Amino acid sequence: MDEAFEFDRITVRRADRRVLDEVTARIPATGITVISGPSGAGKTTLLRLCNRLEVPDDGTIRYRGRPLDELDPLVLRRRVGMVFQRSVPFPGSVADNLAVAHPDAHAEEMSAALNRVALDPGLLPQEARTLSGGELQRMCLARTLVTQPETLLLDEPTSALDEQPKQVFESTARELAAQGITIVWVTHDSAQAGRVADRIYQLRDGHLTRAAGEARP
Amino acid sequence: MNDTVSWVGLSVSLLLVAVAAGISWWQRLGLQRQILIAAIRALVQLLLVGAALTLVISPGRSIWWSWLWVMAMLGYAATVARRRAPEVPHLLTLALASFTVAAVVTLGVLFGLHVFPLTGRTLVPIAGMMVGNSMTATVLAGRRLTDELRDKRDEVEARLALGQPSRQAATPYVRAALRAALTPQIETTKATGLVFLPGAMTGLILAGAAPFQAVLVQAVVMFLVLAATATTTTVIALGLIRRLFTPDHRLVYLPAPADQ
Repeated sequence: MDEAFEFDRITVRRADRRVLDEVTARIPATGITVISGPSGAGKTTLLRLCNRLEVPDDGTIRYRGRPLDELDPLVLRRRVGMVFQRSVPFPGSVADNLAVAHPDAHAEEMSAALNRVALDPGLLPQEARTLSGGELQRMCLARTLVTQPETLLLDEPTSALDEQPKQVFESTARELAAQGITIVWVTHDSAQAGRVADRIYQLRDGHLTRAAGEARP
Repeated sequence: MNDTVSWVGLSVSLLLVAVAAGISWWQRLGLQRQILIAAIRALVQLLLVGAALTLVISPGRSIWWSWLWVMAMLGYAATVARRRAPEVPHLLTLALASFTVAAVVTLGVLFGLHVFPLTGRTLVPIAGMMVGNSMTATVLAGRRLTDELRDKRDEVEARLALGQPSRQAATPYVRAALRAALTPQIETTKATGLVFLPGAMTGLILAGAAPFQAVLVQAVVMFLVLAATATTTTVIALGLIRRLFTPDHRLVYLPAPADQ
């Protein structure tokens, strides 16, 4: 199976603590890979490394076979989109937000992006800050999709959502995975991991290990 | 000249310090000692500067002494800016660079285009007003930009994660910082002559210059200060962006002021 990411003895130190301690693992390029683990285990740090918002102190990360530091970070970040735990709307309308990702996007492209995340294209002129929590997080996902990424990094994207919007987000993500987008999903919610994952990795005490038999049937 | 202040006049003006100290004593503010020390310190500093300036800009003295004085002012202003905003990284070198660029631009226009003749008597006070007035704006711009990038880190990183280059991702925060730093100067410029009479003009009138001539000089000084603040704040902001983002477009860690 092709790998999206390959971690080779990745270490990240903060002050005198090792957040990630020689992490070695391979994330397949298909379906949804969930990275689970307790708070503070380094899950977010691992995702930020994949988007190169951070760099490891030691070790090598490869994306589709090439070391990350050999790739142009601006190109990488458009190929590997990231949705953060806290949805951050930029000032202006939903359309303005999507335009930050793709200034030349046509209205049809923007509407298509909203459709992909189960949002009504009629929301385009609406002030982004007035959206509900679930809508806002899906708008952030649509904003990332406008860059046409082949991989999505989702950092606890539903942790602030109620049950119903959480389920909508999950089914949206499953559809995107079915369309061929590689998804790496960080969550500490084991029930959610069971619902969405094709495979689950556990990050604990700085080490990443494959969890057997917990993924979605 | 009748308008000059004599040593006797200066001594008499100390009565005004006594008035301030008297009010402190009457209202039991306990500030008499500080008022006295402040007044004496200011007087000594001014006398020293006066003596030094007399040496530097006296007729026949080489203009290079004045340039040396200007460079010393730029260096000192940079250290003051650094002291006022220790939370802004690399402010000493950035402030020095920004004051130098502003000096080249503003002094270049004023002396290069012969608005004033280039002599020590014109160079030193004009450079002094340029640096003195743009220092506050420099500190404001540096502090505001650092605060914006630290407090809105989520937003900045969301922009970076969409593939925006660091310069572009920082643009909204640079604009906010420059607006915040330049607005007070623009307001001051608008109110000049109506709400207050600025220092250069007041000084010239007191020294016996014709009011209209004083007004013309003051107008030039206001324009100088506007250009200087715009230049210094822009250099600071663009320089800070280069220091606060890595070459591979990551935002560096910015500790909160309380953590420093």
